[in-house]
Amino acid sequence: MKNIVELRGVSVIYDSLAALQDVSLEVRFGEWLAVMGPSGSGKTTMMNIIGCLDKPTRGSIIFDGEDISHARLKDLTAIRREKIGLIFQQFHLVPYLTALQNVMLAQYYHSLVDEKEALKALERVGLRERSSHLPKELSGGEQQRVCIARALINYPKLILADEPTGNLDETNEKIVIDIFKGLNAEGSAIIVVTHDREVAQYADRVVRLGHGKIAAQEKDRLTFPPISL
Amino acid sequence: MFIQMIKGAFKRQTGKFVMIAVTAALGVCAAAAMLNIMLDVGDKVNQELKAYGANITVRPKFASILSDVYAEDDAERDFIAEKDVLKLKTIFWAHNIVDFAPFLTMQTSINGGDYRLVGTWFNKELDLPTGETVVTGIIGLKSWWQLEGEWLKDDAAGEVMLGSIAAERLNLTAGSLVEIEGRDYLVRAVFSAGGEEDEDIYLPLAAVQELSGNYGKAAYIDLSALTTPENELARKAAQDPSSLDRDDYETWYCTAYISSITYQIEEAIPNARAKAVLQISQSEGAILNKIQLLMLLLTALTLICTALGISNLVTAYVIEKSVEIGLIKAIGALDMQITLLVLAQVMISAIVGGVVGYFSGLKVASILGRAVFNAVIEPSVLTLPIVSILLILTVLFGSIPAIKILLLTRPAVVLHG
Repeated sequence: MKNIVELRGVSVIYDSLAALQDVSLEVRFGEWLAVMGPSGSGKTTMMNIIGCLDKPTRGSIIFDGEDISHARLKDLTAIRREKIGLIFQQFHLVPYLTALQNVMLAQYYHSLVDEKEALKALERVGLRERSSHLPKELSGGEQQRVCIARALINYPKLILADEPTGNLDETNEKIVIDIFKGLNAEGSAIIVVTHDREVAQYADRVVRLGHGKIAAQEKDRLTFPPISL
Repeated sequence: MFIQMIKGAFKRQTGKFVMIAVTAALGVCAAAAMLNIMLDVGDKVNQELKAYGANITVRPKFASILSDVYAEDDAERDFIAEKDVLKLKTIFWAHNIVDFAPFLTMQTSINGGDYRLVGTWFNKELDLPTGETVVTGIIGLKSWWQLEGEWLKDDAAGEVMLGSIAAERLNLTAGSLVEIEGRDYLVRAVFSAGGEEDEDIYLPLAAVQELSGNYGKAAYIDLSALTTPENELARKAAQDPSSLDRDDYETWYCTAYISSITYQIEEAIPNARAKAVLQISQSEGAILNKIQLLMLLLTALTLICTALGISNLVTAYVIEKSVEIGLIKAIGALDMQITLLVLAQVMISAIVGGVVGYFSGLKVASILGRAVFNAVIEPSVLTLPIVSILLILTVLFGSIPAIKILLLTRPAVVLHG
C-alpha cells in the first residue's frame, strides 16, 4: 500500500543535541500508528517533522509521494492546511471564538467557511449543542473534541495527535478514542503520540522511541511489554 | 471570520487596544496641532511682525537711483503723486498690503534750531476705484509709537505731533503752542518712536504740502505687506524677473514674495521704485522659517515617540498572543494573513484614536493660536490627509518589531512549550 508519510534517515539536531537520530519510518494510508516513548525520547520532535511544523537537519521526508525535505516554510504551511489535521495535548483553541467559530477558523484558512459543515463536524464529536460556547465554557474533554472537529473539517489525509488524551479523564478518553476509531475506519491515517498504553492498544502499529531513535516497532496491535516511563 | 477574530481580539484585550488608541490619539493630536499652526503661522507671525513697521519703501525712481543727476533738472521726478498712492491697492497682492502711508518732508527752523517737518496720513479713509473703502496711515503702520497726547487727525489744520527729542529741545509738551513758518500750531502729542523720528515734527500730509508748496505730492511711501519667506526662486526673480521661464515667472508672480510685491508696485506706479526694507523682511523670513522648522521637528519627534509607544504595545500584544499565532500558523494561515490580521487590529485602534486626536489637535491649535499669536488658527484641510498618512506610516513603522516577532514565531516551539 502507498505511504502517506515516509522518513528516511531523518535526524534533528538542536545545537549539539540530537533530538532524532537517523530515524526511518513509513506510515501507510489508512494506518493508525501510535508513537510511544519516555519524555525526551523525541516523540514531539517526530510529530513536528511529520506534521510539517519543523524541518529535519538531515535525511528526507516524503509526504504523500512528495519529497518535502527542502520545502519552503510557505509550502509546508500549504501541506499542513491541505493534508494534515493537528490535535494538541493542550487543546489550543482561540479563546474568544466559539466552538463553531474555532472549527470554522480551519475552514477559513483552507478555503471557504461553511457553517453547516462545521456544525456537522461538531455533531460528529457530540458537541452540536455546545457550538455557541466559548472554550472557557467547555470541559477539557469537550475542548479536545472541538480540536478534533477542527482537525477533521478539511478532510485531511493524516490526523496527527500529540497526547490527545493526556489531559482527559477516562470517560472523555474513551469518547476521543471512539472518534479516532471512526475516522480510521473511514480511511484516515492517524498518528498518535502517547504515553498511554490504553490509547496505543487501538493502533495498527506501535513505534517506540528512545533517545531519538526507534527502539522497537510492533505490528498488528500492541503486544510488547509495558514501557517503563 | 476575519471580522469575528478582530472583534474577539478587541473584546478580549480591550485594555491593550485602548492604550494603542490613546497613544495614537496623543501623537495625532500633537501632529495635527503643530501642522495646523505651521501652515497658518505665516500669516499670524506676519501680522505680529507688521507691528514693527514697514517692510517696503516706495520712492520716485530717479530720486532713489539718480537723484544727483536729475533732481535739479526735473523736480517732478522727485515726487510721487499722492493720487498714485491709491494704486497700491489695485495690484494682485492688494489684500496683503495691510497699512501704508505717503510722506513728504521739508526742513524748517524753529527758535534757531533746524527741524524736519514730516507730513503724512494718520488714519486716512480712502475710496478705492474698486468701490471699497480702506483706512490707512501711520497709526497702523507705527503702532509701537508711544504717545503723550492724541494722534492727529488728517484734516486737523494747525496741529502737530512732536518727536520726544524735538519736544525736549523746544521745551514743549502736549497742549503747548509752537510757531512754525510764522504760524502757531497746537502740539497735540509728543511721541517716542525709539528712532530718528523722535527728532522730527509730524503734521498731516496736506499741511506739509501747503508749507512746502508741493501740492498733491509725496516724497516716499512706507508700506507694510504680508509676505512669504524668500526662497531661491524669489531671490533669482528679485535680480532679474526676465531671467525666469514662463512657469517660474507665474509661480513667482502669484506668490506673495516681497520681490513680486515690489515688482507689481512698480508696475502700478511706473515712475516709482519699490524696495524691500531688508532687515525687516529678512527677519520675518528667518523667524517664519525657524518657527516652521521647530514645528516640523516637534511633529517628527512626537511621531517618533508615538511609533515607539505603539511599537512597545504591539510587541507586547504579539508576544502575549504567540500561542494563538502559532496555532493559526499550524492550521495553515500564511504569514501575510496573520500579519494583516494583527495590523488590522492595530490600525483600527489607531484610527479610532487618530480621529479623537485629530479633533483634539485642532482644538489645541486654536488654544495655542490664541495664547501665542492672539489669533484663531484656522483648521487646514490639508492637515487631514497629511496626518492620516503620517498616522498610517507611524503605525506601520511602530509595528515592524512586532511583525518581525510574528514572522519568527514557530508553531512547533510555542504549541509544545
